[in-house]
Amino acid sequence: MLSFHGYGWVFWAGVKITLLVGLSAVPLALALGLLGAWGKLSGNPIARAVAGTYTTVVRGVPELVLILLVYYGVTILLQQLLSVATGGEVLVDIDPFTAGTLTLGVIYGAFTTEVFRGAFLALDRGQIEAAYAAGMSRTLAFRRIMLPQVWRFAIPGLGNVWLVLIKATALMSVVQLPELMRMTDVAARAVRMPFTFYFAASLIYLLITIVSLQVLHRAEAWPNRGIRRA
Amino acid sequence: MDLSVIADNLPRFASGAWMTVQLTAISVLIGLVLAVPVALARLSANPLLWSPAYAYMFYFRGTPLLVQIFLIYYGSGQFVPELRALGLWDFFREPYFCAVLTLTLNTAAYTAEILRGAIRAVPFGEVEAGRAFGMSRSLILRRIILPKAFRLALPAYSNEVIFLFQSTSLVSIITIMDLTGVGRVIIAETFRTFEVWIFVGLCYLVMSYAILYGFKRLEYRLSGHLRAGPALEAAPTEEALAAR
Repeated sequence: MLSFHGYGWVFWAGVKITLLVGLSAVPLALALGLLGAWGKLSGNPIARAVAGTYTTVVRGVPELVLILLVYYGVTILLQQLLSVATGGEVLVDIDPFTAGTLTLGVIYGAFTTEVFRGAFLALDRGQIEAAYAAGMSRTLAFRRIMLPQVWRFAIPGLGNVWLVLIKATALMSVVQLPELMRMTDVAARAVRMPFTFYFAASLIYLLITIVSLQVLHRAEAWPNRGIRRA
Repeated sequence: MDLSVIADNLPRFASGAWMTVQLTAISVLIGLVLAVPVALARLSANPLLWSPAYAYMFYFRGTPLLVQIFLIYYGSGQFVPELRALGLWDFFREPYFCAVLTLTLNTAAYTAEILRGAIRAVPFGEVEAGRAFGMSRSLILRRIILPKAFRLALPAYSNEVIFLFQSTSLVSIITIMDLTGVGRVIIAETFRTFEVWIFVGLCYLVMSYAILYGFKRLEYRLSGHLRAGPALEAAPTEEALAAR
């Protein structure tokens, strides 16, 4: 039953791309999340409106549609705009890896925005007032008082976002990114053993989930080490 | 931007949207019915009950929906003689059946997890009160635990329904003509990629928020006993009485 007829290597080749595209999207999602949370909590009405629209639109539209929109739609739009601007024929070609990383980063940035927003709201107001009273500048208070604690409040939520994100990388197979799902697909068709191959792929995703949960468990314990609990 | 592609194909988009709504409604309903026994099994102390429930929930929550869809739709092709012998092949060859089956199993696993948390959050005093009244275990479950758990689960469950609604777009990959599937076909015919995906995205957006609004209304209705009643709100305040 468990023979992959010489196609076992596709799993390793695919999982590398899966992890790479997933991990590459994380910094972008975190940066957009912090920016979005700042926008949502800021007194500036324009920043609030932009951040609000961003999370509303991204969370209201399926990932698959956003991926297809970014990968095919934005490419064509850029092509048309550049062609008009330069007066010549411009060919824009975004490779699936870049497109995948950007799309996942933008989509999950909206989810991390909500996580960070909740974390900032969970901060003790008195500590921030104390920081200002002690003469800290806004950036210093942010860096020394807020950020270290936001981290503590945000990790469980960010962990959930990561678990969803890594599963969403499977959707990148529709734009031909050779990640785990796509590679499995190719092999399953070649060997005509779809169940065996997809089941093996699903177990690899499960393994990624299990390892992630272990890491997240530790990441949660670390910033909480100084917190007393009843 | 050329919006005529949208206007010309409006009936097709509408039929796609109907398919999306239909898939969501069927999977959500069967999934909810399935989730209750799974959640109860998961909370049972008997390993023969909780371990299969745990494995099922962990598998369906830990793997991508796309893999699950492929596993059931394409994977069943590996067992044609067996499925034929059981008389099930006519179901598994239909993308629609496979889509509903996968979406149902997927949402049931997530819903069971939500229900598990909600059941555990039911205040023990309420269960104790039921026992004090001499209610049987099943009556306590039916009259006290489950109604309370459903109310507690509602906010998280509304998110799950919206996620499932959006996830139905994946069935377009196995050739089902839902909203996304219709979009793909129209793009193949007209090459208006940008316009079509923007429109399709807007449709999903509007429907997502309609679902959210529906759940907000439901939550409001179900929490009637937690709000001050109209009589209480209208009652004159101390100051008003003193001023009289």
